[in-house]
Amino acid sequence: MAKCTDTVILNLWHPIGAIAETSPFVVEETVLLEERVSFAVSENGEPVVWRSRPGLRPGDRAPVIDIDERLPAKSAYGYVWTSLGSPPEDLFPIPEYAEADRRKLNAATFGVNVSAPRAIENFLDMGHFPYVHTDILGVEPHTEVKEYDVEISADRDEILATRCRFFQPMASTTSDGGADVDYVYRVPHPYCSVLYKSSPLDETRRDVIAVFLQPVDQEHVRAHMLLCVLDEDNEDKVIKRFQQTIFGQDKPILENQVPKRLPLDPRAETPIRADKSAIAYRRWLSQKGVTYGVIPVAA
Amino acid sequence: MITLYDYELSGNCYKLRLLMSFLGIDHKTVPIDFYPGREHKSEWFLKLNPLGQLPVINDDGLILRDAQAILVYLASKYDPSGTWYPRDSPAQLGEISQWLTFADGITATSSAARLHDALFYDFDVDAARAGAHRLFRILDEHLWFGEQQGRNWICSSSHPTIADIACFPYLILSEEGGIPRQDYPAIRRWCDRVKRIKGFTVMSGVFPAGPAKAAA
Repeated sequence: MAKCTDTVILNLWHPIGAIAETSPFVVEETVLLEERVSFAVSENGEPVVWRSRPGLRPGDRAPVIDIDERLPAKSAYGYVWTSLGSPPEDLFPIPEYAEADRRKLNAATFGVNVSAPRAIENFLDMGHFPYVHTDILGVEPHTEVKEYDVEISADRDEILATRCRFFQPMASTTSDGGADVDYVYRVPHPYCSVLYKSSPLDETRRDVIAVFLQPVDQEHVRAHMLLCVLDEDNEDKVIKRFQQTIFGQDKPILENQVPKRLPLDPRAETPIRADKSAIAYRRWLSQKGVTYGVIPVAA
Repeated sequence: MITLYDYELSGNCYKLRLLMSFLGIDHKTVPIDFYPGREHKSEWFLKLNPLGQLPVINDDGLILRDAQAILVYLASKYDPSGTWYPRDSPAQLGEISQWLTFADGITATSSAARLHDALFYDFDVDAARAGAHRLFRILDEHLWFGEQQGRNWICSSSHPTIADIACFPYLILSEEGGIPRQDYPAIRRWCDRVKRIKGFTVMSGVFPAGPAKAAA
């Protein structure tokens, strides 16, 4: 398989590792867009990223100050981000991340045998909740995906799905029973999505759950799951376990999607009304000219 | 009450959740942050199990490690019917022990491949997959010949035993390690039978049997 030639994707910021799971000054290695990249963080979490080279192997101690020929690097939302092209100055905003009373955790980074766009589409889909996340995010007979709104915001260059509602038996670790839960979805990056859902603790605020997909190649990702939630009682590991349980249920579904790359031709797969956000997402990828991880519309 | 030190995505922990569900045993769960926190290698956990592995149980002060050993204990103590671990049948106990060891081989291969793919463990994944296929072929033939003789389970008993539970999780999760089961039809039929045992419960990555009746 050819390495990535998609300049839209090459010029994006991509997540490559959770800072909380990285020891300062120790080299970590991963794969981004079929290229081996290495990184290390300083004691205050500032990252340095470079294309892997002999002499600085995983586990080595790295005096980060001395490393030359660096790739762009950024620390954001608890992760190291980099780019193999010329990235914009800023990453998409998640203002809630700055709120001091939120719990901010990497629920896990999982390797998944799926293309990044297929994983985003699954994240946007509410229709599967009662069947795949039975008794947690949904339960029969509450299977209807009610009408919701989707827009592609031109100024922010992102997809926004609002007025989503779904009955959930156990929406989060702080739930004490079933409830109608409000959802807002954002797709501010071709391979990243941010979800806002009603907090059981505070009706004026929303829990934030984001999935940041690191494209290893066109059909494999490392899925980084950010939790930024209101929860005063549960230990970190309990909050992580809840999210890992849900992701573990999605994983076989994701890995069995055929074809693995997301077809962008509107006639390739037959959507239903509940797939409105997926239809907008495919159109948005087409408009951007994304070719990596998708099957583009034939010219 | 039994305390299970548990990680949701662990197939070895799932073995115990399965047996306790089949037997209707009430228990308490202590979640362990196996990944990414590596809590099973923490100082406090190593005092519980110096091998740094899950699962572990504490039953009224008795601390036991190793999924297969715990299956033997729980079935011996809590199964009044005596069918899951038939203590009065030397031949069946021998067979069960043989397949419990085989299940450890499935863990060493199929589970290792899954850890490599999903959690980035530095294992030789090609060797792990090849090893799993070798074991799956052996089990598939064993189950196929059993079906010809009217035997539904791994051991020669009319009821499933803890050998079935021990082999099930890392077979049903094998695709997460890039090990398809298309070539093992007898294994697939047996998996469906396991899913239809009264009290069956799922874990993340395992789905319940469909509503259709099992093929005769």
